[in-house]
Amino acid sequence: MATRPNGGDIAVQLDGVTKRFGKTTALDDVSLLVRRGELMTLLGPSGCGKTTLLNLVAGFLMPDGGEIAIDGRRVTDVPPYRRESGIMFQQYALFPHMSVAANVGYGLKMRRIAKPEIARRVAEALALIKLEGLEDRKPRQLSGGQQQRVALARALVIRPKVLLLDEPFSALDRNLRASMQVEIKEIQRKLGVTTIFVTHDQSEALSLSDRIAVLAEGRIRQLGTPDEIYCRPVDRFVASFVGDVNVLHARLEHIHGATAALALGPARVLVPALTLQGAAPGAMVDLFVRPEELRVADEGTPAAVCGIVAAQIYQGGHVDLYVDVPEAASGRVLIRVPGREGMSLWPAGARIGITLAVGQGDRLQGCGGRGYPKWARMNVPA
Amino acid sequence: MRLLGAVTVTAILGFLLLPALVVTLAAFNGRAILSFPPETWSWRWFVKAIEYQDFQLGFRNGLIVTAWASSIALVVGAAFALALERYEFRFKRALETVLLSPLVVPHFTVGLGFLILAAQLGWARGYAVIVVCHVVLVLPFVLRSVYISLRNLDPRLELAAASLGAPPLRVLTTVTLPLLLPGLVSGWLFAAILSFNEFTASLFVTAQNTQTLPVALYNYVREYADPSMAAISVMYIVVTATLLTFANVFLGLGKVLNVEHSR
Repeated sequence: MATRPNGGDIAVQLDGVTKRFGKTTALDDVSLLVRRGELMTLLGPSGCGKTTLLNLVAGFLMPDGGEIAIDGRRVTDVPPYRRESGIMFQQYALFPHMSVAANVGYGLKMRRIAKPEIARRVAEALALIKLEGLEDRKPRQLSGGQQQRVALARALVIRPKVLLLDEPFSALDRNLRASMQVEIKEIQRKLGVTTIFVTHDQSEALSLSDRIAVLAEGRIRQLGTPDEIYCRPVDRFVASFVGDVNVLHARLEHIHGATAALALGPARVLVPALTLQGAAPGAMVDLFVRPEELRVADEGTPAAVCGIVAAQIYQGGHVDLYVDVPEAASGRVLIRVPGREGMSLWPAGARIGITLAVGQGDRLQGCGGRGYPKWARMNVPA
Repeated sequence: MRLLGAVTVTAILGFLLLPALVVTLAAFNGRAILSFPPETWSWRWFVKAIEYQDFQLGFRNGLIVTAWASSIALVVGAAFALALERYEFRFKRALETVLLSPLVVPHFTVGLGFLILAAQLGWARGYAVIVVCHVVLVLPFVLRSVYISLRNLDPRLELAAASLGAPPLRVLTTVTLPLLLPGLVSGWLFAAILSFNEFTASLFVTAQNTQTLPVALYNYVREYADPSMAAISVMYIVVTATLLTFANVFLGLGKVLNVEHSR
């Protein structure tokens, strides 16, 4: 691998990394570039290899193949204690026999930094995470959120070349989680520290990341910004793993350049043709639609599909309608209706028509790859 | 039902404490026979026990053997516990079985085996054979104690330390060992108490000049039956209880005896 002296703007580079545990391949020829200062999320279901990838970057595991570089320096066989990565674990892994100050200062002590300098930097780090005055507490005397802040300070105080976060929010309750997410994002941006964040929670990934790598079965399925991942998923797995999605059976009418026209009931839907290559006109395909892209049709206007409301779930800012629709792959679609009116307008048992919010015939000219109507789509497997 | 439970518990505790109580009272008997309850009261058997030369020698020998045996067992046991907990290797189960086997092999057998071996090698008269014999006998206890502490040690603590720049040896000294300390101390303490009290195997492997206190007591009781035996027993109980109390104060008996999560 080319190792440039200052690494350019690439902070972490993985090149064809493979890791096997016995007969199972945890990571299969994965290549990934993490830019300096960016927050890169590794998102995927459990067992997809995301934690393995993090452990490889930290140096806790050695790859069976491929190369890893941090800051332009090849670190494939460098032990963790010489990699200068800061890691924060799910359960924080604070040293229970040390005070908060000793925990935060541990990495500095290992670097044989003078005591006054350690004290100064520990104080600085505790100020950053707003825990001044708790220096002498033991970890068990702190709340979950406080412990997490200490773990973060401990990882950041060594000024790591890359910050590794291993499912850091999953042990926190819902309210605390949201505020810690905001806080960590703020600190990460303020310090400009390159961060690799592992999670299985897609909403967390969407809200925090600069870029997301979606992993499944040891491979990166898609790499892109949260918007790209959500709005233009490359395949069936990404579409259904990230966000809620409805799958409707539609008929392919024709492919014209980069655009394919589908028939859904009486409605015509235009989607990118990329994932429909090889499908013949007339074939049945799966149309992927986000819940917020479906609308309840006004009385008397033509609807793409019709169904009967099975349940309505009040969500405060919006209402989720579950509607039994024969054209849906699962027999049911989810419609997200903004506001509260949905509760009274469409009670359970009501028969409603459903239209697609964007991508009707008039959008045809606008279709050309980017700025696309928000559908995921692909062939129905034979 | 409640009353029955209380009575049962009291009875069990009573039986546990009864021998110690009887012996303690017998030790203060003014007359030269082991009887209960004593008719007159006296400290003189304590004085005699302390001044008796074989007991002094046995106490000194016992301390030497116990110090070496429990310390060696601690190091060896900790190393094996670490290997068993951290690494996967062939014959792991077999190794575990062998290491714990002294629990099922009678002390009698172990002592006899070492006696035959020592006679062959010509070191039947030294401390070495007693120490080795005791190491074998107390090893399972040290091993278990350290193993349980290791199981409760979150491996991520060591990973976190490594990622913060600590090389393996410093991870060991700053994170692993401090967190294992209760397990190590309790393992050492159990080993020391067991070794100091061990009689059956010691009877085979000790000689006149290396006999430990229990063996000296046995030799004494074969010839005499005065309450100095009981006096020694009382001192045993007091010393052991004091040791355990110290361990409790400084380490917390809960930590020493129990599985406790350190998170």
